[in-house]
Formats: sequence, C-alpha cells, structure tokens
Amino acid sequence: METQKNYFCSDMGVMLGRSMRHIFRSMDTILTVTVTPIVMMLLFVYVFGGAIQTGTDNYVNYLLPGSLLIAIASGISYTAYRLFLDMQRGIFERFHSMPIARSAALWGHVLTSLVSNAMSVTVIIIVALLMGFRSQAGVLEWLAVAGILALVTLALTWVAAIAGLSAKSIDGATGFSYPIIFLPFISSAFVPTESMPKVVRAFAENQPATSIVESIRALLYGQPVGNDLWIALAWCVGIMIVAYLIAMQVYKQRA
Amino acid sequence: MNSNQNKAIQVNGLQKAYKKLQVLKGVDFEVEKGSIFALLGSNGAGKTTIIKILTTLLKKDVGTASVNGFDVATRPGLVRQSISLTGQFAAVDEVLTGRENLIMIAKLRHLENPRQVADELLNRFSLADAADRRVVTYSGGMSRRLDIAMSLVGKPQLIFLDEPTTGLDPEGRIEVWKTVKALAANGTTVFLTTQYLEEAEQLADQIAILHEGKIIANGTLADLKKLFPPAKVEYIEKQPTLEEIFLAIIGKKEEK
Ligand SMILES: Nc1ncnc2c1ncn2[C@@H]1O[C@H](COP(=O)(O)OP(=O)(O)O)[C@@H](O)[C@H]1O
Ligand SMILES: [Mg+2]
Repeated sequence: METQKNYFCSDMGVMLGRSMRHIFRSMDTILTVTVTPIVMMLLFVYVFGGAIQTGTDNYVNYLLPGSLLIAIASGISYTAYRLFLDMQRGIFERFHSMPIARSAALWGHVLTSLVSNAMSVTVIIIVALLMGFRSQAGVLEWLAVAGILALVTLALTWVAAIAGLSAKSIDGATGFSYPIIFLPFISSAFVPTESMPKVVRAFAENQPATSIVESIRALLYGQPVGNDLWIALAWCVGIMIVAYLIAMQVYKQRA
Repeated sequence: MNSNQNKAIQVNGLQKAYKKLQVLKGVDFEVEKGSIFALLGSNGAGKTTIIKILTTLLKKDVGTASVNGFDVATRPGLVRQSISLTGQFAAVDEVLTGRENLIMIAKLRHLENPRQVADELLNRFSLADAADRRVVTYSGGMSRRLDIAMSLVGKPQLIFLDEPTTGLDPEGRIEVWKTVKALAANGTTVFLTTQYLEEAEQLADQIAILHEGKIIANGTLADLKKLFPPAKVEYIEKQPTLEEIFLAIIGKKEEK
C-alpha cells in the first residue's frame, strides 16, 4: 500500500484509455448488441403491433424502455467476455505484479462497460427516433433517464464481473446473461401486465425490469413517476451492492 | 531488514498447498544480485507457484521469502516496485499495438517520458517496424519479445521470466536467450524457469532443480555435473540434430 494511493486517478486514466481503444477497435460488438433490440422493435411495431393493445397510440414509445434494457443486458455479456479473456491471457497478472492499485484493472472494465453501453443505448434511441419515437421530456427528465440506465448498467456490470471472473470457459462467462436478457419479456416492457395470466402477472409486476421500464416511461412521457422510481432504484442499488461484494471476493481469490 | 545486501532473493522453508495438493514442501534457495538463476523442473513441479509467491500474486503457507531485501508477505508494495514479471502466458494486450502496450506500462510505472521509453525498447527488441501494428498480428517470438520488453519498462532490478521460451520455435528461443544474456550483462538479476536442461545450461550462472516439492540440486553447471556419474566415453559419429540443421539454414538467410 506504500505510495500507491497518490496515483490511483492517473492509473485509472490509463486503464480508461486502454478500454476506449478496445471499444473503438471492436465497434462490431456495439452493433451486435443493438441488433436484437432493434429487430425486436421492428417486429413488434410493424408485425405484431396491430394486435397488441397497450393503450398508447405510439407503440414505439411504449417499447423503447424495454428495448434499452435488453441492449444493456446483452451488452454486459461482453463485459464478462472481456474480463474472462484478460484473466486467461495473463495481462491481469502483469498489472497485479506492478506497483499500482490492485482494483484499477477491474475498474477499467467497469468504465468500459458504462461507455460501451451508453453507445449502444444511443444507437437504439436514434433508430427509435427514425421509427417515430417522440418524447416531451426536458433536460432534467432525460438526465434522470440517463441516471437510471447508468445505474442499471453498473448493477448488471458487477453481475457480469462475477461471471467473467469465476468462469472456466467462454460460454460460462457469457451464458449468465440469457436469463437477464429474458427478464424484460416477462415484464411490462412489451405488453401491459394486466393482459397476463395471474401467476405470470404476479412475477412480472414484482421483478425489477417492470419498475425500471415504468419509471423510464413515466419520465419520457410526462406521467407521474410515483413509487416505481424508488422501487427501481432500490433494485438497482441492492443488486449492485450484493454483486459488487461478491465480485470483489472472487477477484481477491482468483486474480 | 537487509540481512544480506548481495542477495536478490532469499527463500527459506517455503511451503504451499492448493487445498489438499501440497506443491511446495519446504523450498530453500538464494539468488545473487546480477546473476541469472534458472529454476528447472518438469511440468507441474511448482515453478509458477514459486514465481507467483515471489511476485506477490499468491500467498505462501509457511516459510519466508524476501525479494531485494523486502519480505513478500509484509512489504508487497516495495517488492512490486523493484521487480517485473513476464508470466508463463504472454501478458500483452492483443488489441493494442506494440507501441501502445509499452506506453501503457510506462504510464502505469509513472515514468516521465512514456513515448521515449517505448521507442527505445522497440528499437532494442527489433520491433520498431511492427510498432504500430496490433499485437494480434505478431508471431509468437515477436509477442514474447514485446512481453519481455514490457517487463523492462522502468528498469526493474530483478526480472522474473516464467518459461520464456516454451512454445517458441528454435529461432524465437535463440532470440530470447540473447535478450536474457544482454539483460544480465546490464546488471539486471534474472530469475527464469524452464523445463529444458539445455536452456538452463545455456543461460544460467546458477541452476536449481525443483522436484516433488523440494530443491534436489542447486549450484553452477559445473557443480551439477559433478553430481551425475561421469559420462562413459564412446566413439560415435555425431550427427547434427534437427534443430542445428534448421538453425543453420535460417542463419544463412538472416545474414543477408
Ligand atoms: N490455482 C490452482 N489450484 C489448484 N491447483 C493448482 C493451482 N495452480 C497450480 N496447481 C497445481 O499445482 C501444481 C504446480 O503447478 P505450477 O506451479 O503451475 O507448476 P509448473 O509451473 O512447474 O508447471 C500442479 O499440479 C498444478 O496442477
Ligand atoms: Mg508453470
């Protein structure tokens, strides 16, 4: 611990620089991440849209928040993937045998995850705009939406970190994300929960995706936010803290 | 604290187990400053385990180990400032270019002129032409050279090389050998592990053999040769080995 503290910020800067190069040299991963949610939006709007009653006249508006969640959920599987490769290839060992803060290497991945997910979210919003998405939200509301999405990303990134750090194979590192990608489907992301059978509905209304989707919707379309926002925040912060603690424990043991 | 100023490494009664598997069963050795020390052992003998303990990546169970006079358990920060590790698997970032890799490490070592440091090492390791190519396009030998170059950033007093030539072709192996010799000529202490007796013979001032958790022999090449029964003298025609032939052909091409 001798003189390491003073350099933490500059070390993090170096790690961020490394991350940005990784992101910009693999733009295809951003596209891969956005393809599924975009195809989903197209399918739902132009194929099933007529048959689904959501009570809104603009179905793209209704779908956007859920689509963003799906993008983030698939985005973080790349975080796990990159982390897994770094563990395999020995670059972490090099960092750890150097006089730098041990956690700098891990935080570099967290920053990468935030930046790359912000990029895929932006791509999807642009596509949605082209499909007719409109919002009356002002700067404050948009900032709040960005804040929620950042928090969701952070929470899921730490879940991804557990997978990436403890996996024994690439499939193991990325497989964890499938159930997370699936969560928005059993939520109010695509259809109102009132239309679901009782048991499914009970699940849908009490899982994090629904409250997150509802809060973003409320912020974007000028409805009262209500309790959903607090429930969403509680979920995100709760998941983040638990996942962070577990990930750090695994990191200590394995890396 | 410095019980002996001339020792780069002192290891006493070192033990380490992974759960039930007792890998190190009381290892003792010392490495002189400025020498090349080879730890020889077969696959799974525990060479990497020793390196990980000495480079503060892994905690020992029993015994003491100090590096440049600093105890690895109680002063890991100071140990890390005076060493550098080239692990068994190339620790390079394949997405970055060779130059970017070196600059990154120079920045993490908080050096004044990262670019200049990188340029110097690229020249010294004949990587200047490939400097701005991504490492993923490098050959095995080039990656390994970059890997070692990255370990030299900041001129550490002691460098650990874990099986630096495993997986390299004969040509790449010779390149690494040259590098190691040049390092030692500059006064750097080199600790390397290898599975090949020949490599230890070629490079090391001192060789220790790790077998079943203990150092079973330790000394100069001459010392070790005394341990073996004297060779019987027989007259046979010595055929060049495949490796020698290969190198002769490559050598002619390289002389330009
Ligand atoms: N993290 C680990 N967990 C359990 N066993 C391990 C671990 N690392 C190494 N081993 C085992 O310890 C022994 C020594 O490993 P290692 O030090 O890597 O040997 P070497 O580098 O000489 O090939 C091997 O049998 C190996 O399988
Ligand atoms: Mg090994």
